[in-house]
Formats: sequence, structure tokens, C-alpha cells
Amino acid sequence: MNILEIHDLNVAVDGKRVLQNLNLEIPEGEVHVIFGPNGSGKSSLVFTLLGFPKYRVLSGKIYFKGRDITNLPTDERIKMGMGVTFQHPPAIRGVKLGDIVTKISEKSHNLAGREKSLAKKVNFPASFLDRDLNYGFSGGEVKRSEVLQILAQRPEFIMLDEPDSGVDVENLELIGKIINELLEQRSGILITHQGYILRYVRTDKAHVIIEGCIACSGAPLETLDHILREGYWWCEKCRSIGKEP
Amino acid sequence: MSEHRKRALEAINKPAAYGLDLNLEEYSRNSPNWNETGISELPEPILEGAMSCGVTPKTKERAGTFFQIDHSIVSCAVDTTFKDKAEIMSTKQAFEKYDWLKDYWWNLIPVDTDKYTALAELEWDHGYFIHVFEGVKITLPLQSCLYLAGENIDQNVHNIVVLEPDSEAQLITGCVAHPNLRKGLHVGISEFYLKKGSKLTFTMVHNWKQEVDVRPRTAVLLEDGATYINNYILLKPVRSIQSYPTAYCKGNKSTAIFNSVIYASGSSNIDLGSKVILDGDETRAEVSSRVIATDKANVYSRGMLVGNNSKSKAHLECNGLLLSDTATIHAIPELIGTRSGAELSHEAAVGKIAEEQILYLMARGFSEKEASSLIVRGFMDIRVFGLPEFLEKEIQRAIDLTTKSM
Repeated sequence: MNILEIHDLNVAVDGKRVLQNLNLEIPEGEVHVIFGPNGSGKSSLVFTLLGFPKYRVLSGKIYFKGRDITNLPTDERIKMGMGVTFQHPPAIRGVKLGDIVTKISEKSHNLAGREKSLAKKVNFPASFLDRDLNYGFSGGEVKRSEVLQILAQRPEFIMLDEPDSGVDVENLELIGKIINELLEQRSGILITHQGYILRYVRTDKAHVIIEGCIACSGAPLETLDHILREGYWWCEKCRSIGKEP
Repeated sequence: MSEHRKRALEAINKPAAYGLDLNLEEYSRNSPNWNETGISELPEPILEGAMSCGVTPKTKERAGTFFQIDHSIVSCAVDTTFKDKAEIMSTKQAFEKYDWLKDYWWNLIPVDTDKYTALAELEWDHGYFIHVFEGVKITLPLQSCLYLAGENIDQNVHNIVVLEPDSEAQLITGCVAHPNLRKGLHVGISEFYLKKGSKLTFTMVHNWKQEVDVRPRTAVLLEDGATYINNYILLKPVRSIQSYPTAYCKGNKSTAIFNSVIYASGSSNIDLGSKVILDGDETRAEVSSRVIATDKANVYSRGMLVGNNSKSKAHLECNGLLLSDTATIHAIPELIGTRSGAELSHEAAVGKIAEEQILYLMARGFSEKEASSLIVRGFMDIRVFGLPEFLEKEIQRAIDLTTKSM
């Protein structure tokens, strides 16, 4: 069974098309990696799957666990089992990271009190939980805080938007290993621009998004290898070949 | 006739520089007399209101207590442990005891500033005199409660605080109106004197009613090395408040800090500011105000820093969050530098809750309502004030109640 199905999805932001005739199926238990150049629509796909109002679905359908969620509000999708780590989360003054982690735990499993041990897992001292959410966090701290929140939530389907960008080598390994462990028995989408995180995270399939649609799909490491050797130009070419009558 | 009285009579019709102009003839002077009792003897609703502002009947938890209802003192004493460290009494009583008090009276605030200062001179109803002796650090907070119970009266208090050199104290003041009260006027004159090396943390919680008008006039004089921290919290509706407390950092290395959290609801008309005049060498000031306006509230949030010394440094922050399209926030920060080395800066922002923040929290499973409430509560975070734990808890409880009904 597919945990996620996207049929002919067309999405616009402020009148500008960001996803075009996009089709994607993720079977339960699989993790798909998504590559693509800057501005190709990788994050737009995540925001659309989350149901952010700015991402207007012009046509097409999104099915999650067999249910049409195309018009479902964000929090309802999360309740159904979706989760996300953002690439650039906003800072919220006065809202403590620790309070949010506690509330997420309570919401998702009626389970709180693990904040400190979870924080330790992502290498945060307990005092870090008193910090205002994402306020004055370094690049690496932002990513670890996102991972910490997803650890508290433990959703069935996880979308990870560039968890490896702006992270130093040590933290990359830490984050990569935690994500890999979390994704066992779970499904998800992993977005990566450079692919560093694939050293630690096992994925089942890769897709390349170019100009808002999936240009090609294949085995993750081979696809990455191709991209690193030949650049996305290779995908462009590949796509134009596919289009030939 | 005294000189003060003469000047007051001349100013009794003079409108204030800011805020709604009130007709003082609308208020009466008829208030029943309240007997001096312990706080715990007070009627339940009065006690409850006072406690919501951090004032406690457990006087053992306070170094001293001053409690005034309308025009009467109901409780006024220093705890026995602090007898030879500080004194607390009505300013009327203090005048009889100390001849020198006249040098502190209408010294920082001119009696003819406006009709409200004039009223406080002509119809003076006590107020507290707090005197902390030299070198004494008072470990427990002092508390005062100025309570308005009589219908449609004016209550005009004049407070004096004197901290002798190297002393330290914390004062919690709750200003409250009776739950059954409809209309009234509170005028509060406060002149604080912080001598060399002293430190005062002054925390004031206002808990008025929709038809009450409030006109505090506050000025603080800081000598060398003195520190003044002013925390102000307003959570309940009020007809109007206008106040612009001023700290004069006269002494070298003196510091003034103003923090305020204002939740303006109903049809409150609020005009509040903080002003710091930096005269001494290496004087410092930080002013931070956070205003939430909802319903039909109209808020002027002012701030002024005056750098009169080339080695002065100060920062002003003015943040406003609008929760309704019928509310208004005017953020008016002002910086005046008169010496080239003075470093003055400000940040001001007024807007609604950022959609990006709401969506971020919704993506963690919070409903839109839960997300806004978390953000609003975060905006009103009082943990930065560094209040004593019990007071922080009490105020947090009040904030929770306020934001719950959002």
C-alpha cells in the first residue's frame, strides 16, 4: 500500500506555478530522496504536502494513508501522522524550545518528561531547552532543534527538508544517524541538495525535481553519483530525451 | 497659602501633555472611612484583587506592607525582622516625623505639571513613604496596594521612596479597583530617590476596571552607581491610563531599566511611555515595551532616551502585536542626543502575528488557536523581568487567564 500518492499536482504561489503535473507514489515503509537544483520546487512540494495556504492547489490530488487530504488543514494532516523538519524555521520570541518539545510529546503520545534525554541525544545541554525557539540559533542548532522536535513527535511519515545544509561534519554524522534510526519502520521524503546526509541515511528511491515536476527517478546513490559528476544538466537532457515523440 | 498650593490652584485646569483630558469635577470626594486592620481581615473580593497583583496577606513573606483603600490607610507596617532596616508609613505621617521630607516633595515632579499633579496637591490622600537605611539590603520584597473601592471618587496619593547609600530593596505595588466599582480616578505621584550605590526594583501591576481613569506621575533620581529597575504589567481593561515615568540618571555609572508588558483590551485608551535622561558619565538605560492590543483598544507606546553625556549608552525597544482590526497601536520611540559620544538606539515594530510562525506551530500539530495563544503568551513572556518566583507565578497565572479568553 502507498502511504502517499500524488496525482497530477499543479500548485501556484502568488500566481506563479511552482509544481507542474507532479506524480509521486511512496509505498509504506519506504523513504524517497528528492534532489533538484535551487528553486526547482523541492521545498514547495513539502509546503504543499503540509497544506500551507499560500501553496494553492490548482488541480490534482494528494492521498495520505488512502485519504484525500488535498484540502485538509495543516494541523489535521499532522494528526494523521505527518511530520516535518524545516530548512529555515522562524524564530518565535518567548516560546521556549523545551515547552514546545513537551507539548509535542503530550500531543502525539501523551508522553512527556523525556525532554532532557531527547535533548541529550541531539547534543543539547538541558539548559538549551530554555532558549527561545530558533532565536539566535546557529545553523547546526536549528537543524538539531528540528530533529529534536521530530523525535518528540515520532510521526509515521516524515518530511526532512535539507537537514544537512549548513551543518558541520560532526553534527552531520549525529543528525544523519538519528534520522536513519528514526526512519527505520517509517516512511518519508528526504530533501537534499548536496546529498551529504546519504552517507548516513538509507533511502529506497530517488527523484529529481526540475522546474516543478519529476524529471527522473532511480536508485538513490547512482542518481546522486550522476548529479555530482554531470550536474543537473544531465537531468535536463534526460528529461528532454523523455519528451521526444 | 503655601507656594505649592498656590501653583496647584493655578494649574488645576491645565490639561496633560498627553492622553485623554478628564473633567475632574465628575469625581466626588465622598468615601467611607476604612479602619486600620490587618490585610487578612479585609473582605474577600478586596483581598483577591490585591493578591492578583502580587500583594499577599501573609505579611511574614514581606519586609513591609502598605495598604490604602480610597482615602484610608488599612495596613501599614514593617515586619519586626526589618524594624531597624527600613520604615514604611503614610506620607502624611512622614511629614510630621521628618522635617527634611519637604526637600523631596514636588522636587522631581513640578506641582503645576498638569491638573492631575495639581489635584494631588489640593486633595492629597496619603500614599506611602518608604525609607531604606544606609547599607541595608532587604532580602524580602516590600509591598504596597493602592485600592479603589468607592464609587466615582478620586484617589490622589503621593508616594516618596528614599533609598539611602548602598541599600537595596524590592517594591511590589498593586493598583486595583473593586470588582463592583464602575467609575473612578486614581492619581499617583511617585518621587523615588536612589542614593549612591543603591538599587531599587519596582514592580507594578495594574488591575483596573473598564470605566476607571488612571494618571500616575513618576520620577526617579539616580545618584552615582545607583540602579533602578521598573517592571510594569497591565492586563485588564481600563477607561484610560496616561503616564510617562522618567528616570534621571544624574550620577555617574547609574543605570535605569524599564520593562513593560501591556495587554490592552476592551475600549481601553492607553498612553504609556518611559523616559530616561542620561546626564552622568557611563550612564546606561534599557527600555523595552511589549504591547498587545485587541478589541477596540487604542495604545500609544512612547519611549524617550536623552543622551546628555558623551559616555552614555541606551537602547529602546518597542514591540506591538495587533490582534484585532479595530485596535490601534502607535509606537513612538524618540532619541535625543546632545553630546557626540552618546550611543542611543531603538527598534520598533508593530504588526499582527506572523503567519509563518502560526504555520510552523501548526506543522507540529497545534491548532491555529493554540498556535496564536502560544505566540501571544511568548510575546508577553515575563521571565526576562527576573521577578521573584511567587510573583512571576502569580503574574503568569493572570496572563494565562487573559490569553485563555482571547
